[in-house]
Amino acid sequence: MPSLQRPRLAVWKFASCDGCQLSILDCEDELLALAGAVEIANFPEASSAISEGPYDLSLVEGSITTPHDARRIQDVREQSKFLVTIGACATAGGIQALRNFADVDEFVSTVYASPRYIETLATSTPISDHVAVDYELHGCPINKMQLLEVISAYLAGRKPAIAAHSVCVECKQRGNVCVMVQGTPCLGPVTHAGCGALCPAYRRGCYGCYGPMETPNMKSLAGEWQALGAQPRDIQRALRTFNAWAEPFREESEAHDD
Amino acid sequence: MQRDSADTAGLVIDPLGLQALIERLASMGFRVVGPALRDDAVVYDDITGIGDLPQGWTDRQEPGRYRLERRQDDALFGYAVGPHSWKKFLFPPVETLWSARWDDKGGMAISPPETSQDKFAFIGVRGCELHAMAIQDRVLAEGDHANATYAARRQEAFIVAVNCGQAGGTCFCVSMETGPKVESGFDLALTELLDGGEHRFLVEIGSDAGAQVMEEVPSAPASAVQIEAAAAVVERTAGQMGRSLDTNGIKELLQGNLEHPRWDEVAERCLTCANCTMVCPTCFCTTVEDHSDLTNQSAERVRKWDSCFTMDFSYVHGGSVRSSTRSRYRQWMTHKLANWIDQFGTSGCVGCGRCVTWCPVGIDITEEAAAIRATPGGKGEA
Repeated sequence: MPSLQRPRLAVWKFASCDGCQLSILDCEDELLALAGAVEIANFPEASSAISEGPYDLSLVEGSITTPHDARRIQDVREQSKFLVTIGACATAGGIQALRNFADVDEFVSTVYASPRYIETLATSTPISDHVAVDYELHGCPINKMQLLEVISAYLAGRKPAIAAHSVCVECKQRGNVCVMVQGTPCLGPVTHAGCGALCPAYRRGCYGCYGPMETPNMKSLAGEWQALGAQPRDIQRALRTFNAWAEPFREESEAHDD
Repeated sequence: MQRDSADTAGLVIDPLGLQALIERLASMGFRVVGPALRDDAVVYDDITGIGDLPQGWTDRQEPGRYRLERRQDDALFGYAVGPHSWKKFLFPPVETLWSARWDDKGGMAISPPETSQDKFAFIGVRGCELHAMAIQDRVLAEGDHANATYAARRQEAFIVAVNCGQAGGTCFCVSMETGPKVESGFDLALTELLDGGEHRFLVEIGSDAGAQVMEEVPSAPASAVQIEAAAAVVERTAGQMGRSLDTNGIKELLQGNLEHPRWDEVAERCLTCANCTMVCPTCFCTTVEDHSDLTNQSAERVRKWDSCFTMDFSYVHGGSVRSSTRSRYRQWMTHKLANWIDQFGTSGCVGCGRCVTWCPVGIDITEEAAAIRATPGGKGEA
């Protein structure tokens, strides 16, 4: 039964490209229904009308890369009954977590004319390293249909129907022919489903945008990549993209240093 | 060619006769599905004629490897089985079971499943695949919980089988006694004859429906030489099996070796990606997902292919029963080769080799079974 007061939704941005929160606005056919089902109380990307917290549902995009953001996420958590992180930055640290493997001061001095104005952390870390997270939605970017599923599930008080198995299951459901068995290294067998096996459907190996699947066997897959001719550097680079800091990808990438 | 109506045991058609057969089935309202080249593989797809068939192509298959290769001849069925199986048509990967809406009076109106109107004609079904269909029939169409949509599709399907003229590198139907010759369960069965510069198909009629269809297809009575040649094709293929599996006492062997160290060894390799179960023509496990919309006005239940290799598959309150890779691989293989016999009266394996070829890391079920047989009693190698 619809309640008189709609749940209040907030969308937060931390270190990120905005692509995941844009997928909310990309839900063109469902946007009116969404605006009817929830009160969009705080979504600066969509509207400058911002209502004060607390909020029933917070969607958090981006990773923690500055001391300021490390404090701000605490405040977001305090104001949020239910906190869902969306996308590879928020769930794994994102592409900016490549700094975690290097010296951030060196980057800062190379990139900025006046490094003294830059206040940054040495690492990019997922939101769950800082506050309790109620649900993580993976992907770079997230799949908008999965986001609608998470919000619909929240509204109905049910568990989201989102699988944590490999991309291969989606790939086979789609009727694709396995590119890996035909000689193209693919991260699909160790990658979390959600994209619908987009790249293999176009005859490319999976790039691992959705991060590690539930029980990834990284060592076995890396061995097969080598059998297909991949060099350690290729394996490390493949694993160090959007989900480089996700533990299984990170550990395996460290095993393939040049 | 004129058909001698007295002779139904052996007819012969040429490639144009096969074209006529496909057209005849299409004109009868069948959705004709058969082998076609796509993405460097022989897949099962809609076809309109022999021009869609993979003429002159074959496949080289090994554990975890599949490549198309040119043949020296113009064979239309000169390949082994590919990545697809017929279950994708008979038992679709994703199917909405029902949907529901609140009605005006506050009650719930439930809509029945979307039923496919397709009546399939399958061209090129192999012996192992006919056995796989029979196995799925036992699970899905018989017993107290028959799946009505599966049963309807299966009942209506017209099957043109093919006796294999070429075994693949991962085939072991001879071990599983499912091929290469088709025995039953078809409407028509073809054997492709390429020797002697003539391209012909020996046609065996397996049902009244098959006989009726053949009345409209130009054919000739088979000669004794052609019948002999067809038998030789099957015999040659039987001698080409890329793999073998010793099934002698396999149920007791596997059920008696649940703690064998080999399970740990295969778990080192297994990706738990579920590819083996997706490509297996007998694997039937599914999950159901319930969805509701943003407005809470409608809901639907969707069935999807699932796999015993996922964590969710064995999830009960508190966690997954089979959380280790070892336990999941063991579950799959012991079910397929041993516990299936207790459950359904036959092996769950038909020896098609798909799980071997399409495993990204090339785990070979025949090799795993042989390793346990070599060191029974759970000792393993030192």
